[in-house]
Amino acid sequence: MSEKHWLYREENHRKLWIWGCVLLLLTVLAQLVFEIHGHYEFEAWLGFAAFYGFITCALMVVFAKLLGFLVKRKDSYYDD
Amino acid sequence: MMIEAFSPGLIMVLGAFLLPLLRGGARSVLVLVLPLVALYLVWQVPDGVPVTVPFLDYTLEPVRGDRMSRLFATIFSLMGFVGGIYAYKQARLLELCAAYVYAGAAICAAMAGDLITLFAFWEVMAVGSTVVIWSAGSQGAYRAGMRYVLIHLLGGVVLMAGIVAYVGATGSISFNAIDTSAPGAWLILAGFLVNAGAPPLSAWIGDAYPEASPSGTVFLSAFTTKTAVYVLMRGFPGAEILIFIGLYMIFYGIIYALLENDMRRILAYSIINQVGFMVTGIGIGTEMAINGTAAHAFAHIIYKALLLMAAGAVLYRTGTRKCNQLGGLFQSMPFTAACGIIGALAISAFPLTSGFISKSMINQAAADEHMLLAWLLLQAASAGVFLHAGIKFPWFVFFQKDSGLRPPEAPLNMRLAMGVFAGLCLLLGIFPAPLYAILPYAVDYVPYTGGHVVGQLQLLLFSGLAFFVLLPMMKRTLTISLDLDWFYRRFAPALVGVCYRLGAPIDTALRHRVVEGLSRLIQGLRTCCGPQGTIGRTWGTGSMVVVILLLLTGTLTFYFGGT
Repeated sequence: MSEKHWLYREENHRKLWIWGCVLLLLTVLAQLVFEIHGHYEFEAWLGFAAFYGFITCALMVVFAKLLGFLVKRKDSYYDD
Repeated sequence: MMIEAFSPGLIMVLGAFLLPLLRGGARSVLVLVLPLVALYLVWQVPDGVPVTVPFLDYTLEPVRGDRMSRLFATIFSLMGFVGGIYAYKQARLLELCAAYVYAGAAICAAMAGDLITLFAFWEVMAVGSTVVIWSAGSQGAYRAGMRYVLIHLLGGVVLMAGIVAYVGATGSISFNAIDTSAPGAWLILAGFLVNAGAPPLSAWIGDAYPEASPSGTVFLSAFTTKTAVYVLMRGFPGAEILIFIGLYMIFYGIIYALLENDMRRILAYSIINQVGFMVTGIGIGTEMAINGTAAHAFAHIIYKALLLMAAGAVLYRTGTRKCNQLGGLFQSMPFTAACGIIGALAISAFPLTSGFISKSMINQAAADEHMLLAWLLLQAASAGVFLHAGIKFPWFVFFQKDSGLRPPEAPLNMRLAMGVFAGLCLLLGIFPAPLYAILPYAVDYVPYTGGHVVGQLQLLLFSGLAFFVLLPMMKRTLTISLDLDWFYRRFAPALVGVCYRLGAPIDTALRHRVVEGLSRLIQGLRTCCGPQGTIGRTWGTGSMVVVILLLLTGTLTFYFGGT
């Protein structure tokens, strides 16, 4: 087996997270340069879209997880 | 004169039947030429209805040219062409023929000017798409195809009933905005919505589409739901109920895709999600919303086909579509991975991709109409799309853990098709003007402002953060998720079973009683009228003479007695 791709090496995971967080921070700070002129006033709040995107996605994942307890079945459920 | 009644899509429908007669290169050429000829013919149709055809008491309008019909017929032809490139080497002949009948019928439906023509092609599409599913050849495909066709025949019957009632009341078969207070209008709406994958009959998309062949699913993703979007757009713009139905579809698609392990089913659920955006746009109904919906349908066909082409190439090369068995494929299928990522970015409406310039218009339309709740939900859904399709699909298929699989890159024709659509996703995203120019209404919208791009990037990248932070909650499991189709796949058969078990003894007892009663009756009749019965038995000659004597006496007495 050849050597692991750099993406799969443990030591690079930390680096990827750091660069990812820097990127996230930059997109929020970019709002100071490019003002958001939305239809609603709250769209202009610093990091509103970031906060809203994160929170709503987290809610969707949690909701899906809870619904999963109710509706998930083995993939052979309909086979027999 | 009559040639003008020849709908451009018919060239594909009829041409499909020529394909089996040709072999090798000639067949390949025909596969590639037919959609291009259809596309050319679409743009030769003038505005209005060039010719009418009398049929029974009605006047058919087989071809109608306007901006809306031309837009949809264009993208359907284009999809036929690139789908043909993707499929022609690997797909079975039966699938190719069925797919071309299906695509051609979709073009004809988009250009139909009256409800009867529309209905006819609507049903041809149902038949064509079912054969596309069946041509995968597996037992699973056969059963899923059977369920699929039953739902579509049901939808067809509802639509037909609606059309009959509507035409009976209004006297016109012309297909324009439908008056919802007219009889039959709600049945027509229901019939259209069945094909859009609206609740309660949404499950057929996730059930049937992933069972088709790699190329079959690509064709299926494009035509049925988008023809439904087209007819809803023309028939019911501004119908408020569609906003609620659309929003439900959006979140249904996201949640079910999040639960799913099958990569092609994830993408099938995300079709419902995307069609939900369009249905919401139709419900809003303003010029901006209709433009956004039309643009989104156009862009969606391209990036969804691209995503399913990438998934199809993976399935073709690895033989599996389960996320828990995939991963790390970017190493040996870099081109497919790159195309899949471009499709994923486009569906997520990333800046510089086609989704950004189309979906933004629908969201803007909600804001323009001061629909705060709808706008908030649409924004949340935009983030959710990145979550369930934008990251989840490429992550689990091409990255996540290294599965050790090293399949070869997709075949050349598949790569070519993916390359064309990936290029179009970017091209439309960077230069939206040509698409904006063919939308139903004049476009007064600038997608690229600094603030809009920054806001969208924040929304999407932080939904990406949510994905990676919550990754442990999204562990892949070998499961399916129950849906409302459980009622007809499990509940109804179980109910029939229970009725059988409860009813069988009663039925047996009843039958027993009836048979017993009947045999008693027969026995009684036998006693009375049988060979040895009182009436039926043979009498002696003497008795007969006595009877005749009595009869004669009686006759004479009455005859002469009266005079």
